[in-house]
Amino acid sequence: MLDGKIPAGPLEQKWDKYRSTMKLINPANKRKYNIIVVGTGLAGGAAAATLAELGYNVKNFCIQDSPRRAHSIAAQGGINAAKNYPNDGDSIWRLFHDTIKGGDYRSREGNVYRLAQVSNNIIDQCVAQGVPFARDYGGLLDNRSFGGAQVSRTFYARGQTGQQLLLGAYSSLSRQIGLGKVRMFPRSELVDLVVVDGRTRGVVMRNLVNGQLESHAGDAVILATGGYGNVFFLSTNAASCNVGAAFKAYKKGAYFANPCYTQIHPTCIPVSGTHQSKLTLMSESLRNDGRVWVPKDPSDKRSPANIPESDRFYYLEEKYPSFGNLVPRDVASRNAKEVCDKGLGVSATGYAVYLDFSDAIKRDGKDVVAKKYGNLFDMYHNIIDDNPYETPMMIYPATHYTMGGLWVDYELQTTIPGCFALGEANFSDHGANRLGASALMQGLADGYFVIPYTIAPFLANNGNSDIQKDHAAFKDAEKKADAYVKKILSINGKQTADEIHRKLGQIIWDYVGMARNNEGLKKAIGMIKELQEQFWSNVTVPGSDTDYNFALQKAMRVADFLEFGELMAVDALDRQESCGGHLNEAFQTDEGEARRDDDNYCHVAAWEYKGQGNEPAFHKEPLVFENVELTQRSYK
Amino acid sequence: MTTQGKTINITLKVWRQKGPGVKGKLETIEAKNISTDMSFLEMLDTINEGRIVQGKEPIEFDNDCREGICGMCGAVVNGIPHGPEKAMTLCQLHMRKFKNEDIIVVEPWRARAFPIIKDLVVDRSALDKIIQSGGFVSMVAGGAPDANAIPISQNIAEKAMDAAACIGCGACVAACPNASAMLFVSAKISQLALLPQGKPEAAQRAWNMVHAMDDCGFGNCTNEKECEAACPKEISIVNIARMNREFIKAGFASHVM
Repeated sequence: MLDGKIPAGPLEQKWDKYRSTMKLINPANKRKYNIIVVGTGLAGGAAAATLAELGYNVKNFCIQDSPRRAHSIAAQGGINAAKNYPNDGDSIWRLFHDTIKGGDYRSREGNVYRLAQVSNNIIDQCVAQGVPFARDYGGLLDNRSFGGAQVSRTFYARGQTGQQLLLGAYSSLSRQIGLGKVRMFPRSELVDLVVVDGRTRGVVMRNLVNGQLESHAGDAVILATGGYGNVFFLSTNAASCNVGAAFKAYKKGAYFANPCYTQIHPTCIPVSGTHQSKLTLMSESLRNDGRVWVPKDPSDKRSPANIPESDRFYYLEEKYPSFGNLVPRDVASRNAKEVCDKGLGVSATGYAVYLDFSDAIKRDGKDVVAKKYGNLFDMYHNIIDDNPYETPMMIYPATHYTMGGLWVDYELQTTIPGCFALGEANFSDHGANRLGASALMQGLADGYFVIPYTIAPFLANNGNSDIQKDHAAFKDAEKKADAYVKKILSINGKQTADEIHRKLGQIIWDYVGMARNNEGLKKAIGMIKELQEQFWSNVTVPGSDTDYNFALQKAMRVADFLEFGELMAVDALDRQESCGGHLNEAFQTDEGEARRDDDNYCHVAAWEYKGQGNEPAFHKEPLVFENVELTQRSYK
Repeated sequence: MTTQGKTINITLKVWRQKGPGVKGKLETIEAKNISTDMSFLEMLDTINEGRIVQGKEPIEFDNDCREGICGMCGAVVNGIPHGPEKAMTLCQLHMRKFKNEDIIVVEPWRARAFPIIKDLVVDRSALDKIIQSGGFVSMVAGGAPDANAIPISQNIAEKAMDAAACIGCGACVAACPNASAMLFVSAKISQLALLPQGKPEAAQRAWNMVHAMDDCGFGNCTNEKECEAACPKEISIVNIARMNREFIKAGFASHVM
């Protein structure tokens, strides 16, 4: 039985009590500790900067050419906080409750309450950094309602909130780099985590410019390496997003929690052909003003403007009168799939639904709509070559975020002492489904306001690591990584890593996607195993391991995804219920909603690696709800 | 490759260079049946897939988000950074903007401060160094006042946001005949000089960042305005004027020098 180490006591006092009683490290001693942070997104960048501000020595790594490019940058819509500036009834409790409910009661009360508490500090911090949030005419911060929330608690910076928050974290990080407190290593990818005598000792990184393997020893390692959405091949993630670092930690003993929880975002630009390298997300703030519909008659091939109201099926508004187009992401996505599976879909592929702004334009005028969504409309116009001011947009769900991740306790520590996981890389706060504008909140909460506290007890209790990078364990890890790279390069088969990745993505989308069933999941596991064999016998990777080689980077990431995809299916098969982003077709309410089984599955499923070819071992962390009553979600 | 739209045949003349300090050259590559629905980078992916199977080295190019926000991609296409479309990164450029039989010349950003790593991949760490010299507000997590404590007029907030939209791609440097980074530097100086949070350090910031820019080997501004024309985020050269004012003011501030 896994223990999340949630502090005892009333919910409202857990975090305060933890902070007041935790062990501290004397300011003069902080400089004796070396902390390795992998990743420079909202969680990693904020953590590296803040730990350096506190006085720790930090080494920070990222795979891109600059820490400013982490994929947090692509988040559009906004960031939630319980400020209640609009005076519309928001509170820390309400943000907490919405997040627990939105996650379909599969997250921890203690973690989520802490998240809601620090949400307000985040907004203060970002404004002080010079993040140009949207403001009203009086100069105060503006808020909007977002993705299923009935209060306006979302702060935003045009459609570029993630970019502005990331650049804020990057500016704080840059300041610490300039001061010499952070050493930055761009174009570096984690190839192994080094664990000796049950404690994390450091990392082996691969320099992506010259292929060299470099060991770095440290007193603690923080993984803030993002999610695994690219297991689907097509997703809204950036090209280099990968599961590699988390998966290497898993192989070294860190449990992987709830890998089957993935979020399919409802408002993405539909697939057009097999050349496609990614799916572009459009902020779901669009659902505030856009109305989702399909023609009532599957054979109706009229252009959308010529289809009268009476022949349109506004399926979300009809099914969910109180939330309408603002139902949570999983509900909106599943309903889009359902109408398309019934043959009601639009576009040449039949896998798209309309998102129509004509009412909003009539009501508010084109200028108002353009001010809110102009950049999104332009982006759509450029990609699809169609003007959404005149013709309804076409949208379809795409994989966007992964709620599963490395299992961590309340201190964000994995099951390997000294190895912590933050942001999307951990599993802890979003349960089975994440609400809109909560990813930015969690990444920054972990980085600015949680890990700077929770790392101290570990260091205070364990002191400095006594192993340096010349230790045999590092040399051994380097040797293994080198052999691994050379093996991939030597296969010399006939398929590119991208081709194999595309096949994997199709399997995951078909059988481990929006709707799953036991038969499909079993089939997927077999197919993935077969694909793993294809990779190791027939992949072809060009070039060498001594210079910049993007195809080699990709192939190494695909190899991880191939193993990880299997774990996802195993977890999905184990969870014989539906909840949030995990829908098993056998477990639905009469209304077609996810039907949970709280008696048997109100737990976190954490998987332990048991060696190549062996089934992973299952560990359970029961979820305890002392403050919230578990109900069947209903957005009617 | 299946595709639904129209296809074109094109000829690429693309810069190939094995590594830093090695001589490079333009290689001619014929690409057939390119779907006009592809983005420019998907066109390069498709060519690379074909090359890998044939045992040829793919064309290396930087890319990541592929939605025009991370700033990682970029190449000079037919003499224009990020290609011919206005206000667009290379990843957002679609092949429907090209015609059948077009010859497309693709080169890396060229600037002394951006050494070539391989093919179209360049080292832009000089831009990070400039930010490290002063592109921030000196504050630490935990001490911030309430976010609404200082109202900021919408007009100022919007202007700051206009400048903050810079994605740090380096197209401005590639476009400038002097390989100047003034547009990039001025965008950050402007954003923070406009906002009350950045004002206390405005003079020191301008002084430090301009000197860091010079130290990194970027050229000077001679009002060519090429940077503004190439910028995918339409950062205005008004920012350069503001930066110059901030820099001159800094020169008068005895505590800065």
